[in-house]
Amino acid sequence: MDLGKDLVAASATPLVLAILTEGDSYGYAIIKRVTELSGGHLQWTDGMLYPVLHRLERQGLVAAKWGISDTGRRRRYYRITKDGREQLAAQREQWRVVDETLHAIWMKAQMA
Amino acid sequence: MTAFSDHLPLEEQIAQWRGFLRRRRAIHGADVDELEGHLRDQVAVLTAAGLAGDEAFLVAVKRMGSLDALSREFAREHSERLWKQLVIAPETAVEAPLARRSEVVVVIALAAVAAMAIKLPSLFGVVIDGDGEMFYPRNLSLFVLPVLTGYFAWKRGLTAARSVALALTFAAAAVFANVFPFVPGSHTEVLTALHLPIALWLAVGVAYAGGHWFAAGARMDFVRFSGELFIYYVLIALGGGVLTAFTILMFQAIGINVEWLTGQWIIPCGAMGAVIVASWLVEAKQSVVENMAPVLTRLFTPLFTVVLLVFLATMTWTGNPIRVEREVLIAFDVLLALVVGLVLYSASARDPQAAPDLFDALQLLLVIAALVVDGVALAAIAARISEFGFTPNRMAALGENLILLANLAWTAWLYAQFLRGDRPFDELERWQTGYLPVYSVWAALVVIVFPLVFGYA
Repeated sequence: MDLGKDLVAASATPLVLAILTEGDSYGYAIIKRVTELSGGHLQWTDGMLYPVLHRLERQGLVAAKWGISDTGRRRRYYRITKDGREQLAAQREQWRVVDETLHAIWMKAQMA
Repeated sequence: MTAFSDHLPLEEQIAQWRGFLRRRRAIHGADVDELEGHLRDQVAVLTAAGLAGDEAFLVAVKRMGSLDALSREFAREHSERLWKQLVIAPETAVEAPLARRSEVVVVIALAAVAAMAIKLPSLFGVVIDGDGEMFYPRNLSLFVLPVLTGYFAWKRGLTAARSVALALTFAAAAVFANVFPFVPGSHTEVLTALHLPIALWLAVGVAYAGGHWFAAGARMDFVRFSGELFIYYVLIALGGGVLTAFTILMFQAIGINVEWLTGQWIIPCGAMGAVIVASWLVEAKQSVVENMAPVLTRLFTPLFTVVLLVFLATMTWTGNPIRVEREVLIAFDVLLALVVGLVLYSASARDPQAAPDLFDALQLLLVIAALVVDGVALAAIAARISEFGFTPNRMAALGENLILLANLAWTAWLYAQFLRGDRPFDELERWQTGYLPVYSVWAALVVIVFPLVFGYA
């Protein structure tokens, strides 16, 4: 099952922010985590993650700095900021409302 | 779509992929590094899972997404990058930031030198704008052009021998500008003031081309540089005008007259320093922004053509002859110089391989119209030239007219051949760039020979 483009785009922000609450991370590891968590259902085109990360950085929701990977290469690490956590909480609430609404109507449809 | 060659070692394939990314304007160097790191992580995981190097590479690239889509996404997030930042974003250059910073320091120092040089004669009591004193007009180019030449000699790493030759040229120019016992305010003196910069511009060109002045491409680059420099200089001058007016007004408000400051310091020093700064800007932005000069050429070639054709038609219709007055030759010199400039700058932006198009035909029409107008004017003047006698002014104007006329006549011929498909455009370009030294040599003749011939009158 592939998710529609709009849904992927809409879910990208909360997903990235939520993964970063687990600890600082970098692009490739974030993608891997998304695939893991979704059981492979959520497949991002890898490159598209970076513009998203840069947008979050510009909005001050994440902070980034260059570090060195285990193999000695330069790597950009991202960390969620305080604003990012607040934004994540707000989005979580919004998604809960959407989820509950859909859930309610689908349950009703099932019962009918 | 970009294709990746097979059979390349992994490192080369990655380098190639980096190359493709780098060409995207919306993706900057640091982004490329970040994306490359991602690609390498992916490749490492895939090879660990048993894929061969090139297979792993292909899969990793595929997962990264198409370059078009990727650069579109980057452009959406970083739209400011599509507006090339001139001074602030240093990503165009691969050169080290240190070299860049040292260049800025050199430029500021040279601009200060040029700005101070113009005030140097004040120490000896020569005043800018002094009554009837022609010292400054005569020597104006000698304050800034040597500095500009020095900048390019430094930037291009000119050999010592060539640098010395250029320095000697300027020294000789300084001698010719100052040893002749001109009659104060004489025509020959004004002619020297007008022609010395044209002659010395060639020396700047030699330094600009790093001494390789005889390469046709280098000359064309210098033509482009000159055009862009002019545009930048005008822009800076506009800003300088605002600054000057503002300064005067502000101090007027508290009852202090600062015209001595603006007239004696801000304007002359700024005008000199601006030449260096504008040159540096042109150098720095070379590949960054689309050149303006060719755009202006495209805009004005049709307009000038229309004006000339209407002028010709009106002259024929009304039968009004050209009134041969003192300034008429100069007006026609300016006309020819403008047309040569239009031809030169449209050639500078033209793809020499492209087939002739409507614009080329228009250009030929412009050249022919200019030739006809100038021919009529010359005929009118020639008929009465003996009445006037040969004054230095008239001699100089006539010489320039003939030089430009010869250029345009051959240009028209080459253009016609090119439009018929008999000759490549390249020949026209080489004709124009090859002709450039003629202007400077003529200007040098005016500076060196005219005062002697006409007895400093």
